[in-house]
Amino acid sequence: MVTPSPYYQPPPSLWPAVGSLALLAFASGFVLFLAKAGAGPYLMLAGGLLLVVMLYGWFGMVIEESLAGKLEGQVDKSFRWGMVWFIFSEVMFFAGFFAALFYARYIAVPDLVTAQSIWPGYLGGWPTAGPGSKEAFTPMAAWGIPAVNTMILLSSGASVTWAHWGLQNGRRWQIVLGLLMTVLLGLIFLGLQAHEYLEAAFSIRTGIYGATFFMLTGFHGAHVTLGAIMLSVILGRVLAGHFTADSHFAFAAASWYWHFVDVVWLLLFTFVYCL
Amino acid sequence: MDAAAIHSGYQSHPTGPMRWLTSTNHKDIGTLYLWFSLSMFLVAGSLAMLIRAELFQPGLQLVQPGLFNQLTTMHGLLMIFGAIMPAFVGFANWQVPLMIGAPDMAFPRLNNWSFWLLPAAACLMLSSFFVPGGATSGGWTMYPPLYIQGGIAYDMTIFAIHIMGLSSILGAINIIVTILNLRTPGMKLMTMPIFVWTWLITAYLLVAVMPVLASVVTMLLTDRHFGTHFFDAAGGGDPVMFQHLFWFFGHPEVYIMILPAFGIVSTIIPTFARKPLFGYVSMVYAVASIAILSFLVWAHHMFTSGLPAGAQIFFMYSTMLIAVPTGVKVFNWVATLWRGSISFETPMLFALAMVCLFTIGGFSGLVLAMVPVDVQLQDTYYVVAHFHYVLFAGAALSIMGGIYYWLPKWTGHMYDERLGQIHFWLTAIACNITFFPMHFLGLAGMPRRIPDYAPQFADFNMMASVGGFVLGASQLLFLYTVIKCIRGGAAAGDKPWEGATTLEWTLPSPAPYHSFTTPPTLEPDNHHGHA
Repeated sequence: MVTPSPYYQPPPSLWPAVGSLALLAFASGFVLFLAKAGAGPYLMLAGGLLLVVMLYGWFGMVIEESLAGKLEGQVDKSFRWGMVWFIFSEVMFFAGFFAALFYARYIAVPDLVTAQSIWPGYLGGWPTAGPGSKEAFTPMAAWGIPAVNTMILLSSGASVTWAHWGLQNGRRWQIVLGLLMTVLLGLIFLGLQAHEYLEAAFSIRTGIYGATFFMLTGFHGAHVTLGAIMLSVILGRVLAGHFTADSHFAFAAASWYWHFVDVVWLLLFTFVYCL
Repeated sequence: MDAAAIHSGYQSHPTGPMRWLTSTNHKDIGTLYLWFSLSMFLVAGSLAMLIRAELFQPGLQLVQPGLFNQLTTMHGLLMIFGAIMPAFVGFANWQVPLMIGAPDMAFPRLNNWSFWLLPAAACLMLSSFFVPGGATSGGWTMYPPLYIQGGIAYDMTIFAIHIMGLSSILGAINIIVTILNLRTPGMKLMTMPIFVWTWLITAYLLVAVMPVLASVVTMLLTDRHFGTHFFDAAGGGDPVMFQHLFWFFGHPEVYIMILPAFGIVSTIIPTFARKPLFGYVSMVYAVASIAILSFLVWAHHMFTSGLPAGAQIFFMYSTMLIAVPTGVKVFNWVATLWRGSISFETPMLFALAMVCLFTIGGFSGLVLAMVPVDVQLQDTYYVVAHFHYVLFAGAALSIMGGIYYWLPKWTGHMYDERLGQIHFWLTAIACNITFFPMHFLGLAGMPRRIPDYAPQFADFNMMASVGGFVLGASQLLFLYTVIKCIRGGAAAGDKPWEGATTLEWTLPSPAPYHSFTTPPTLEPDNHHGHA
């Protein structure tokens, strides 16, 4: 009669519903927090923790299935396609913020300069805090910490690829060392970014420059954090002996994500810091 | 079936609420999507009934202007994100695996999450009616500065959109991967059913533009609460920038809501004309062209927002260009009918009505594409008439047609043909009585989004309201007919439509809980509805 399908069908699972509840709690808490209601932060915390529990449970389940050999072949190909399209959606998310940056620089601000009857004396240029702002500010210089950070992230891209070669050639020490270096470089990057934020002579309220600077670098930093968490999990799994040269989707996905974060940084360095 | 399930290595599924809450089955999840969509359709439709009741006569009768604005805003948001989009995802869930011979979706658990995110988002949106200041009233397009100034409900809407966007992105990735990776051996991209093609391209649009919507509503949120100046000229930002980013999402979104409708109509018409779809390859290229062009036309929503003349001309012509592939589709449908052995069951009636009425909506879109005309008609009832012909007569009628077409396969019973036809004629006639007079109102200058109007608009408004009430009441008949079909009816047999050619009709009706556990073999003469 019917033979079992080669394509793995997961059994019913409660984790997705837990995830939805977590996001509902987090969003409701955020709304209450913004409305300055006392319960807001607690609800956000509860939602956030529940989300972490859900991610731990869900990914843990996938790891078990992977170890049981249920995610090979056609399923593995699905996972690879899925990750590619997920990264594409992330690219489009950043594209929205880059579009805001370019629009403001090349269309909105020059337009405001022509509106002298409304904003007399506004000279425009970039960076700018806009015609309503009277105080001068010092923008972030490109050739200090940001340039160092560029080198750090590029090196981390190289080290994660080196770890991948180690995996392909079965050299375990090389995988561990490569991943360890990558995570450390990511953490150093985040530390330097935090330092830069604390030392910044302007804030997210500093007009369109401050808004685009902090939103772009902030979301990038959040993605670096996520990527570093992913790679740390992968490092743990390597130490537990999870991957083989033929079967290591999770490793590949995390390293693709890391390269994506790298590329976003190069665009940030060029368009937010240098130009 | 349980014996077969155990035999094939499947775990049995829980019963009761847990079956639905934890499901990893594409048919269950498709059903959830469709019920969610129908309930949102009835909720958002009720809001429309209130709108039409207020507009029945000039003057303020039932609702205050503030509440009226909440009704129009929430009607739009709930219909788009709650009714139409989830309905098409429901069709994709049920039909894509069946049509390509796949055992399920590529990521069944993720599929469950894509659905169960929607009720969470709906909770946020619907409960916003009861917070201080009431629901969002700034229009579904969420333009600043109005949207920056609103109350708590605006934040709830922003988060609801984030969650629905996540649902759409995850659902779209799942659909793309299913289509690319799970087709039965021998089914090539250029031989797969046209409905599957339209969803592949729709899913691509979703992955490309929903993240842009997420980023732009995030900017709204930070402008509202965290001191950014994205949309504030005093800080060097620009409220028009919001419109650019929003419509970069918003226009492809229009095609997200119509391409799967094209897919359904392109499936129904060949079945009841008993002829293969005319010009399958050109249909695929037309859908792809529409999708590509949809990224290049967004500013036609902004002709009165202050664009340079060069930009206006570019967006006018690029918009008109979309009429070419759309025309290819309409001509191909007509050519499919040409010399066919046509019969007029309910699904076919809906499909034919869609072709005729959607074409009216397409033509009024061409009228609006012309800059000088649009300057006159922007924000009038002409625009309201246009997008209701596209979204109600285009998307909603196709959804209803698709429901009648596949209900026998889903339930194992034939729907009541007589009730289906009554529902069709009531809907088709009432829809025209409701929305056609709006063209005249718009041409005469009646602005949209107002609770009161000048006396000269009274007659057409009363006509639209009467049509609207009939249209609304007819949908209760739809609900009844669907429930009646689920509960019983004549046995459908494997293939109730003898002109149907796609793979789902090779399965028993109702389709077994797990189907195509091994990939089916394609018959050499099976053309999946095209030559």
